[in-house]
Amino acid sequence: MIALFWLIPIALILGLLGLVAFFWSVKSGQFDDETGNALRILIDEDEPLFEDAKD
Amino acid sequence: MGVAIAHKNTGCPSGLQPVPIEELDPLGHKVDLSSYVTPTKHGSQQIDLIVQGAHCGGCLAKIERGVGALPGVSTARMNLSSLKLHTEWSGGETGPKTIIQTLSDMGYGAAPYEISASQNQSQTELKSLLRALAVAGFAAMNVMLLSIAVWSGGSEMPSSTHTIFHWISAMIALPAVAYAGQPFFRSAWTALKNKRTNMDVPISLAVFLACGLSLYETVKGNPDTYFDAAVMLLFLLLIGRYLDAKLRLKTGEAAQRLAAMQTTSATRINPDGSLETIPTRQVLPNDTLLIPSGQRIPVDGLILTGNSEIDTHIATGETVPTLSGPDDVIYAGMTNLTAPLTIKAISAHSDSFLSEITKLVELGEQSKSNFTKIADRAARAYVPIVHSLAIMTFLGWLLVGADLRPAALNAIAVLIITCPCALGLAVPAVQIVASGRLFKQGVLIKSGDALERLAKTRRVIFDKTGTLTTGCFTLDNAAEISGENINLAAALSINSRHPIAKALHPYAGNIEAQDVSEVPGVGLRGLINGHVVTFGARQELGRSSTTSRTTESWLQIDGQTPVSFRFSDTPRKDAKETIKELKKLGIASEMLSGDKTSVTQALAQDLGIERYKGDVTPKIKQCIINQRLHEGVHPLMVGDGINDAPALAAAYASASLATASDVSRSAADIILQGDRLSHLPKAIQVARRAQKRVVENLGFAILYNLIAVPLAVFGFVNPLIAALAMSGSSLIVTLNALRMLRS
Repeated sequence: MIALFWLIPIALILGLLGLVAFFWSVKSGQFDDETGNALRILIDEDEPLFEDAKD
Repeated sequence: MGVAIAHKNTGCPSGLQPVPIEELDPLGHKVDLSSYVTPTKHGSQQIDLIVQGAHCGGCLAKIERGVGALPGVSTARMNLSSLKLHTEWSGGETGPKTIIQTLSDMGYGAAPYEISASQNQSQTELKSLLRALAVAGFAAMNVMLLSIAVWSGGSEMPSSTHTIFHWISAMIALPAVAYAGQPFFRSAWTALKNKRTNMDVPISLAVFLACGLSLYETVKGNPDTYFDAAVMLLFLLLIGRYLDAKLRLKTGEAAQRLAAMQTTSATRINPDGSLETIPTRQVLPNDTLLIPSGQRIPVDGLILTGNSEIDTHIATGETVPTLSGPDDVIYAGMTNLTAPLTIKAISAHSDSFLSEITKLVELGEQSKSNFTKIADRAARAYVPIVHSLAIMTFLGWLLVGADLRPAALNAIAVLIITCPCALGLAVPAVQIVASGRLFKQGVLIKSGDALERLAKTRRVIFDKTGTLTTGCFTLDNAAEISGENINLAAALSINSRHPIAKALHPYAGNIEAQDVSEVPGVGLRGLINGHVVTFGARQELGRSSTTSRTTESWLQIDGQTPVSFRFSDTPRKDAKETIKELKKLGIASEMLSGDKTSVTQALAQDLGIERYKGDVTPKIKQCIINQRLHEGVHPLMVGDGINDAPALAAAYASASLATASDVSRSAADIILQGDRLSHLPKAIQVARRAQKRVVENLGFAILYNLIAVPLAVFGFVNPLIAALAMSGSSLIVTLNALRMLRS
């Protein structure tokens, strides 16, 4: 039973951490543009190093 | 090298959208945008612009890279949901005008982003609902874990452990309820203050009672608490609230996108002959304005001088430009394509054609948001019954001589066991399954209640150009014309963006035409291998006649006998089949078009549509829709153009095509992917089946309540039975919804 005194607080703290992370993500605008964010992953961020670089 | 090439092309890089018309001088020189620029915390400057014509991830990347490459720009963030571009910069080289010019060069229109106070408020509301939802979800999960331990522990668990678990539950549930319950408490309080009641009053009451009693039980060390039920109820209700709020935010979207099509400036010709650039909202009726070619018309006007081709698709939905000259009236939102015009303004900015369409769309969207969903109607009947039952239980137990505590416990058990879990799931479960199924088939449903409305449709009203037809012209008599002649015509046409010229683009070979000139409304002329070649309407015939569905153009080489090319806007391959399928479902079809009545009639006869009307303005389209609404046939409007937007917004249900204009896609309930009309009857069938499942599920939820409530009233229900009954009923309702996947 002693395990419960550890496990319940740990479980709650982990849950709270998740909640705090979610609050942060809402605040930092990650839920503002669901369409755009879904497409952003498709954008290729690496650009050729040189203008004449061919793939 | 995709990026470098994409920068040269204008508009959406996907190639699926029509190439935008280049607007020269998009803002005029003297329009002051400084009032929209605000300083940031870091000492730089920022502006929010609404960008017209951004569709996909490619547009997003193109816009952010293009604007981000401007000197001094530190942030360029495009929001594809609201079409808002947020830009931050420092230094004097860049300003709002350079940014708008850059966007315009890339083929996107831009205007300052003006957000209404009400919209701003609903955005904040949405965020706070999302946070409340997260808190309620966190609490529900944790309290449930503890409750399940208590339930399954049963008699084996010592009462001290019970009590500790209940205290932990209380410490999680009480702050969570205080935070996540606020949307309900506030709305209930406002209602009570105004001496009214609403759905939130009984919800708040149930949550308060359950929490208060559970706290009392915890303090007393008694075995049963109801914290889990309280937070679970809040969590489930908040999901619904959040989705609702999101939908409400969307309603303003179509109107907002239309408003973004308004040009922000106009060039006025003063009485002394000088030119002055003024903001569009300062234009007064009777002002004389200069409209350069390639610019949108700022207000409705009467042409004074000049002849030019006008892109009128915003008013008629037609792709072929109209040739307009002195004394013709042109409307705000149309584009002047080929030659400068001077016009006399006949409206102000606020009562122009475009503003009027915007208002009509807004009105239609508002009336649609008043639609009462079947679940709401059920809840309205259900809540008073349940609450009078709970009160009667409480009083009844007191009357037969029970103590205050068991009486209150039984009353709360009634409230909890009727917790509209099954009722709340009955409708959304079916809708989620049905929309998932339709999505796989290529139909995008934008809201759950759209399915309900789709199922009731008895009349489908189609737009013509771009909906029943492809909106693109094709060459009909290619077999009659020699390959050489087609090549010559194609060589000229490759220089033009006219819809008819575009039909010949696929035929272009390696012959090149020199000195090509385009005369508005007449055609193309150029030199090929030393011969003067003209292609267009036959001069002596005037403009080619369009009494039938075909349009004729002529190719003439060095004054020889002209060769006839016949083009027609072909109906979509599945149009006829779709109308037949709809008829089988007992749904009549009707066609409304901004095109001439004769053309409309010919197509209607081809496709077997009995009712049709040509020469319809956007406003009349909406009037006809309203008339059909009164007739009770629940009209479903299918359209693609901006001119259809008011009708789409007003109709009982509405559908648009994947390549339709942004405005009409925003205004429609469902979107047919791949521009396949044949998806429509399928969607209606699925919607009808879904409706049947909804009714079954609601029936089941009522049956469940008929059995469970008497048990609770007479005190036979303990929390374990309540939990089993509730999850059992939810499971059955969900399984019934999943049956949709099989058939």
